[in-house]
Amino acid sequence: MAQNDMNNTLLKVKDLKKHYPIKKGILGGEIGAIKAVDGVSFEVKRGETFSIVGESGCGKTTTGMCLNNLIEPTSGEIYFNDKQVSFRQKKDFQEVRKNMQVIFQDPYSSLNPKHSIQRIISEPLVINKMGTKSEIEDRVQSLIRLVGLDSYHLNRYPHELSGGQKQRVGIARALALNPDLIICDEPVSALDVSIQSQILNLFEELQEKFNLTYIFISHDLSVVEHISDRVAVMYLGKIVEQGTREEIFNDPKHPYTQALLSSVPVAKPKSKNNRTRIVLEGDPPSPQNPPSGCHFHERCPVKIEACKKAYPDMREVNNLHKVACHLVSENLSITTQ
Amino acid sequence: MIKFIIRRLLIAIPTILLTITIIFFGLRILPGDPAVAMLGPEASPEAVEALREQMGLNEPLIQQYLAFLMDIVQGDFGDSLISGQSVSTQLFTNFPNTLLLAFTSIFFGCLIGIPLGIVSARKRDTVPDSSIRIVALLGISVPPFLFGIFMILIFSLMFPIFPSMGTGEGFWGQLYHLLLPSITLGLILSAALIRFTRSSMLDEINREYIRTARAKGVPEKLVIYKHVLRNSLIPVVTMIGLYITSLLSGAVLIETIFTRPGLGTLAIDAITNRDFPVLQGCLVLFTLVVQIVNLLVDISYSFIDPKIRPS
Repeated sequence: MAQNDMNNTLLKVKDLKKHYPIKKGILGGEIGAIKAVDGVSFEVKRGETFSIVGESGCGKTTTGMCLNNLIEPTSGEIYFNDKQVSFRQKKDFQEVRKNMQVIFQDPYSSLNPKHSIQRIISEPLVINKMGTKSEIEDRVQSLIRLVGLDSYHLNRYPHELSGGQKQRVGIARALALNPDLIICDEPVSALDVSIQSQILNLFEELQEKFNLTYIFISHDLSVVEHISDRVAVMYLGKIVEQGTREEIFNDPKHPYTQALLSSVPVAKPKSKNNRTRIVLEGDPPSPQNPPSGCHFHERCPVKIEACKKAYPDMREVNNLHKVACHLVSENLSITTQ
Repeated sequence: MIKFIIRRLLIAIPTILLTITIIFFGLRILPGDPAVAMLGPEASPEAVEALREQMGLNEPLIQQYLAFLMDIVQGDFGDSLISGQSVSTQLFTNFPNTLLLAFTSIFFGCLIGIPLGIVSARKRDTVPDSSIRIVALLGISVPPFLFGIFMILIFSLMFPIFPSMGTGEGFWGQLYHLLLPSITLGLILSAALIRFTRSSMLDEINREYIRTARAKGVPEKLVIYKHVLRNSLIPVVTMIGLYITSLLSGAVLIETIFTRPGLGTLAIDAITNRDFPVLQGCLVLFTLVVQIVNLLVDISYSFIDPKIRPS
């Protein structure tokens, strides 16, 4: 997808952190923090689909919402279109939000139930004064057809549409401002499987048409494999591995990625290249009080002594493929199978 | 929309009929003879009997009931047993006072309550929020009559700015006399409105579509007014509706404290004097008022919430 633009960085995130303070007592003294996102760094190139995967509570949605200040980050730097974004400056992030739209997980609750579809889609245009009334109306008409709905849907209210139709409205709304980047926060997980593929195809069509860049947040690995160019795997607020889709899915380095991939249901369970299932023991630890050293070591089937002591640095396996694991750093073979 | 209103009006008819029936038979079950009440305990049995005959009290109950219904349909509630004045006239002279008081106090209540509720919700768990909530709690806890007396003490006696009683003459005079009682009632109402607006807004403010609005790039101010406030208005409107009905059926305490003529005082006097026709008239009027206000509240819902909007 848009290969010639691959070297053009659209978004650069450096050491992004979001800590939620835990307060206790009458005076509300801080006794700790939940580290939802704890030092995440990545780059997204123009025109690609960058996926963030991980289990529930690993901080993938928080990361996405921090990018345009829907959740204010605790610290970190974000460069969008080569410009640093300051989240204390209202003007700054309002400008960023214009070019960085979000499609939310739950189409049922993410549309204002008391506004008509027309109003929902046109609102960003009206707010940003993108043309006269009739120009906006024309734009809304073309948007609704672009996402495969009809103009009569514009007079409806969200409760009169099905889940798939609502998500299409969500997409039309996100496209209204011609954004450079769309953050898709589990955009299909609330939909039926048959609708999921329709929506995913729509995403791909639109990407080709408008050279869109997606940050695709999901826990559904088969969806991610279908749509991504590059993938980052998150565990407990940190990225543990990132690389191209092929690298992650065919040659996962981090034991957590390997375990995650082995949990994906396979279409032909009896076929020869069937992967062995790696079952992780225990639950993910609390982000308030993560284990010492590598956060994953308590559940890791191949841990070594170093894992308990220090958090591993991000190491490059090759140019795009990076892993945070002591075994990779020490050139030990990591085969959990 | 018109169909919806007509349907609502048709539903209102049996409700009103049922209430009037209950009022009629309820008053007849009460001990005490209106004829005796009218003539006094000293009256001779013959005089009482004659009056009963004249008032139609000796007819079978069902006949009396039908006659009562016929009279009401024609707008005739009979004459007061005490003053001899027609009940309709009394209702018409008193009702505007109550109406005026009710609407001005609702106006003041909304003017104070809703903005403070918004501030309280937006600045949740900060000093302004806590102060507003404490004042609101105080407003709900203090009995209205006590609060009314305080207001008179402060604004009529210590600082004689407002008159403490009566209705005044002419437009400005009436307005002047109206201010203190309606501000008093408005403050009481605003205490409840603050709490309702706050909780209802906090309910909405964390919804996902509010996040969507922010993600669209809608400035925070507009997010609050166009998305949060409008969507959190339903419970607030319901409450205002309930208040209007209770105020219209007589803000008895406030009317008594400020010695303003009104429906509340009229009904209370009728009860003490066993003035059945006046009491009946008041009760029927209350029923109508409740029905009309409920209809208005229902109609306003459909403007606020498209889900309720009749197709």
